[in-house]
Amino acid sequence: MTASLDELQLIARRIRGRVLELSHRAGTPHLGSSLSCVEMIVAAYWGGLDLKASSAAEIAQDRFILSKGHAATTLYAALAMKGFFPETWLDTYAEPGAMLGEHPSPGTPGIDVATGSLGHGLPVGVGLALAARIQQRNNRVVVLMSDGECNEGSVWEAALFAPSQRLNRLLVMIDYNKWQATGRSDEVTALSPLREKWEAFGWRAVDVDGHDLPTLVQWIQSEPDADGRPTVLVAQTVKGKGVSFMEDDNNWHYRIPTADELARAFVELQLT
Amino acid sequence: MRNAFADELTKLADSDPRIVLLSGDIGNRLFNEFRERHPDRFYNVGVAEADMIGIAAGMALAGLRPICYTIASFAIYRAFEQIRVDLCYPNLPVLIVGVGAGLGYAANGPTHHSCEDIAVLRALPNMTVLCPADAWELRSLLGASLHLNGPSYMRIGKKGEPVVHTERPSLTIGQAFQLRSGTDVALLSTGTLLPEVLTAAERLNAAGISASVYSMHTVKPLDEALLGQLAQSARLIVTIEEHSRIGGLGSAVAEWTSDHHMTNTGLLRFGTPDKILHHTGEQQHARVAAGLTVDRYVADIQTAWREVTAQK
Repeated sequence: MTASLDELQLIARRIRGRVLELSHRAGTPHLGSSLSCVEMIVAAYWGGLDLKASSAAEIAQDRFILSKGHAATTLYAALAMKGFFPETWLDTYAEPGAMLGEHPSPGTPGIDVATGSLGHGLPVGVGLALAARIQQRNNRVVVLMSDGECNEGSVWEAALFAPSQRLNRLLVMIDYNKWQATGRSDEVTALSPLREKWEAFGWRAVDVDGHDLPTLVQWIQSEPDADGRPTVLVAQTVKGKGVSFMEDDNNWHYRIPTADELARAFVELQLT
Repeated sequence: MRNAFADELTKLADSDPRIVLLSGDIGNRLFNEFRERHPDRFYNVGVAEADMIGIAAGMALAGLRPICYTIASFAIYRAFEQIRVDLCYPNLPVLIVGVGAGLGYAANGPTHHSCEDIAVLRALPNMTVLCPADAWELRSLLGASLHLNGPSYMRIGKKGEPVVHTERPSLTIGQAFQLRSGTDVALLSTGTLLPEVLTAAERLNAAGISASVYSMHTVKPLDEALLGQLAQSARLIVTIEEHSRIGGLGSAVAEWTSDHHMTNTGLLRFGTPDKILHHTGEQQHARVAAGLTVDRYVADIQTAWREVTAQK
């Protein structure tokens, strides 16, 4: 591990602070979804992946795709902290003419794939993983999806194909926060049992605590599966994680925090 | 045409290690040679067109030149959003080859017809739309497409299309290829109807109407320089395509003539009608049902010619 657990947890708290602040200032939604995947993004960017700031220009590197593009602010905060672009870019987030919009746009440093429409990240990740094998590189590809995203047929097309190609350097993390935009993800569709579905599709499928940084980092750094299977982490998470009055409350899919709520959240996150 | 595609691509892949071929579970035995020579660069991704486009995008991000091959209607209509978001938005160099485009799979029924593919792809930013007339144009355009910096679509026939050119023409993407000179009427053909368009031009000539013929092998970007010349020299422009009259080459030319206030030159557009062709039957039967016949071209052009010449 390149950073200590204390350092990683501090990074996660700071990212949460940024995410809350951006939502409040710009009036943009998807706060709950952005907070539930913070640890997974910290694990991707601080847990040992070789992600170069020069982005697409550099082929020989690992790749991370935020397929659940509505959690863009979490990604932006991480990319700014890692130096992909200046922190000042966050100050104009979602303003007219700004570099950073509500969903990730290719061309932004560190962002290769247009996400926001769900179900795109995994097929592209499969293509990146296949390309690495064709080019005889050992690079890894990590794709972060949402549970609601698993409604999309393109996810399952890719889920069928990746094991057939034995893409064992492909790692998928599913932010299983049990909510999608308008309801419980296990009720909108028959998503459960999610891990078993992926396992039946031929994946090395593991249930993990999606907020447990050591576990996530361990999986990011894990050896490729000896049987050639791609890996999927079905990450049990809490929507709105880190702010008591947002946790597991789906109103925060769309609600914007007031100044008072922002201040209370910062106290809880020990960011004052 | 598909055999020419497989043959030409196999040769190109010999010298270009970036080429990767993705097939949507089609082309049984067609790519045996390619697979034999480049076993790590052929992938049958299964009956999963959306996945195929996404995979190609990932490969292009890593510097490869993926080529996606399946029946035109499936490639375009099923995977349209992936084409738009995964390819056009980041402007990635992926070529989609749609086989049996237009009415090439007429006998398979309307699920397999693709008479709206040019229309929908032409509307996408960064997209190049190529419609070779025969195997030679296909070979020429395939090589040229590998130099594009963004996504492209090549709609091709299936098998047994008549050959127009006697050798490989040197085609430039975006520049029409002139096959016949004429002073009165300019016939702009895109795709595999070209042999019939040449026949129509001969018959018009015999009837006293001098007709030039161009292969508009690129619908987007449109050859605006040619249209500018024709606006000065021809009294009537005619577009002919195995594609809906809505949104295809004819529409592209109509947009151009409208935008440029081209009032001295008439425009006549041939294409498939705005309806599902329920009849069963092979491609030729479907073309007749759609009004795409030499007799029809000649008769309608003569009528239009009389109208435009009577105006002055």
